[in-house]
Amino acid sequence: MNKENTQTVLELSENPLRNFDVEKIRQDFPILQRMIKGKPLVYLDNAATTQKPLSVIDTIKDYYTMLNANVHRGVHFLSEQATLAYEESRLKIKEFINAVSACEIVFVRGATEAINLVASSYGRKNIKEGDEIIISAMEHHANIVPWQMLCEEKKAKLRVIPMTDDAELMLDEYEKLLNEKTKLVAVVQISNSLGTINPVREIIVKAHQRNIPVLVDGAQAVSHIKVDVQDLDCDFYVFSGHKLFGPTGIGILYGKAELLQEMPPYQTGGDMIRMVTFEKTIFNDIPNKFEAGTPNIAGAIGLGAAIDYLKYLNMNQVAKHELDLLEYSTLRLSEIEQVKIIGNAKNKASLISFVLENIHPHDIGTILDSEGIAIRTGHHCTQPVMQRFCIPATARASFAFYNTKEEIDKLVSGIYKVIRVFG
Amino acid sequence: MSELSDLYQEVILDHNKSPRNYRKCENCNHDAEGYNPLCGDHIFIYIDLEDDKIKDISFQGSGCAISKSSASLMTTILKGKTKKEAEELFSKFHEVVTSKIGSEQDLSNLGKLAVFSGVRDYPARVKCASLAWHTMLNALKDEKNLSSTE
Repeated sequence: MNKENTQTVLELSENPLRNFDVEKIRQDFPILQRMIKGKPLVYLDNAATTQKPLSVIDTIKDYYTMLNANVHRGVHFLSEQATLAYEESRLKIKEFINAVSACEIVFVRGATEAINLVASSYGRKNIKEGDEIIISAMEHHANIVPWQMLCEEKKAKLRVIPMTDDAELMLDEYEKLLNEKTKLVAVVQISNSLGTINPVREIIVKAHQRNIPVLVDGAQAVSHIKVDVQDLDCDFYVFSGHKLFGPTGIGILYGKAELLQEMPPYQTGGDMIRMVTFEKTIFNDIPNKFEAGTPNIAGAIGLGAAIDYLKYLNMNQVAKHELDLLEYSTLRLSEIEQVKIIGNAKNKASLISFVLENIHPHDIGTILDSEGIAIRTGHHCTQPVMQRFCIPATARASFAFYNTKEEIDKLVSGIYKVIRVFG
Repeated sequence: MSELSDLYQEVILDHNKSPRNYRKCENCNHDAEGYNPLCGDHIFIYIDLEDDKIKDISFQGSGCAISKSSASLMTTILKGKTKKEAEELFSKFHEVVTSKIGSEQDLSNLGKLAVFSGVRDYPARVKCASLAWHTMLNALKDEKNLSSTE
């Protein structure tokens, strides 16, 4: 703990951005200088994907310009260098989420593939007829459908933790769901359509009292809050690189080593074997056992660069800035009579989902787009959430640390324009 | 660059605000349900077909301004048309909303439907505009499967 504190102080004193300056930070993101339809881009769709700092873009370019070779294979210089960079990135991710060992970090395509991996490998091996899997009412389809398919295949049952009208999970109901048939809990840390920060630690403690493993979907969480998998004591943690200012097509499955070791491979082929004969194959150790075929090398290295960039920022100040944005946008949007905010959890990330009386979110999105403002409209891959609140869709503005209050003012003016057009 | 007012023309805004033939058609002998999973537009089309002629047509459902006004305008235009004429108008409408941006558009015989010519500049909204039409075709064919523009 002491060591950690010393490191933070050291980083702060060396950090040229220690006084959080959003205008300076914005200059690190080339796309934020773009004009859209003649107006400066106001990018408020960060829950869908985040923008990339120049350092990430340059790292990927440099990789293909100077370093491109296959990993874990050749004895030649480039292959060794590429392997080093790829494995160094794994170490950065291990440190970023505070895993015990780098072998617990599996490179996958994204959070979706990570969940599919666990469902298909751990799930198929351990879930039997009559067992139960618990998810929550605010899961993304990626944390519903793989479990639903597994339950169908195994004749197991999917149970759902309900939520309140304020979009908070009902923990007393969760406790009632836990029983001797429960074999896994899979729950989202921050809801992508409501912004709710769920008490995953408490959820994990309750599950562990019954020796039930827990998977946490951290796709929305990693860019907003400090994630420490040891402190959470989660058994699996998944996230996508592109929601963490890194490239698309790369993501992480964290799993406790003892669990990953016992799991059968998810895909088979090259790199995941130790020895192959026509009679039998001996699989490689973790994490390679789960990384069949040539991986997304540039993506993994690019994600490492994104984590380097984040280290360069003071995350406490980032969190404060994001909270300011959430409070300011909630205040400004609440002032508009026709706006109804969906998701009013006490503990909420910097994301605001809303509907306008008698105006469909798609029309809101198109009008805002004409002002250069990018938001997401639709069901956000959480159709059960829409059903829960009896709405077809919402408009969602989701913020990152590079957003500003001025951009929220533009969003508010844009919403008034929507009301004028359809009023 | 296209202007927002090309998409949300007055006629469209008007039909969105006060949709025509927004009811269940009592004597309908054809109906179909349409759904756009992308945005949640959900529509029901009811048709009373008599001797190959659309005697009455109406709709219900929920959706964005483009999908609602498209359904509303469609019902006003198709009433009294034959099945064949309805199919021809569908093709024409489809061509207008999906034609390549910048290409010539043949808006003749489209009448009021010409107001949807701006939709082609907004590719994400083409499905909104055409949902009612796809559902109408399915109703005429008596397809009971859920229509989708996906």
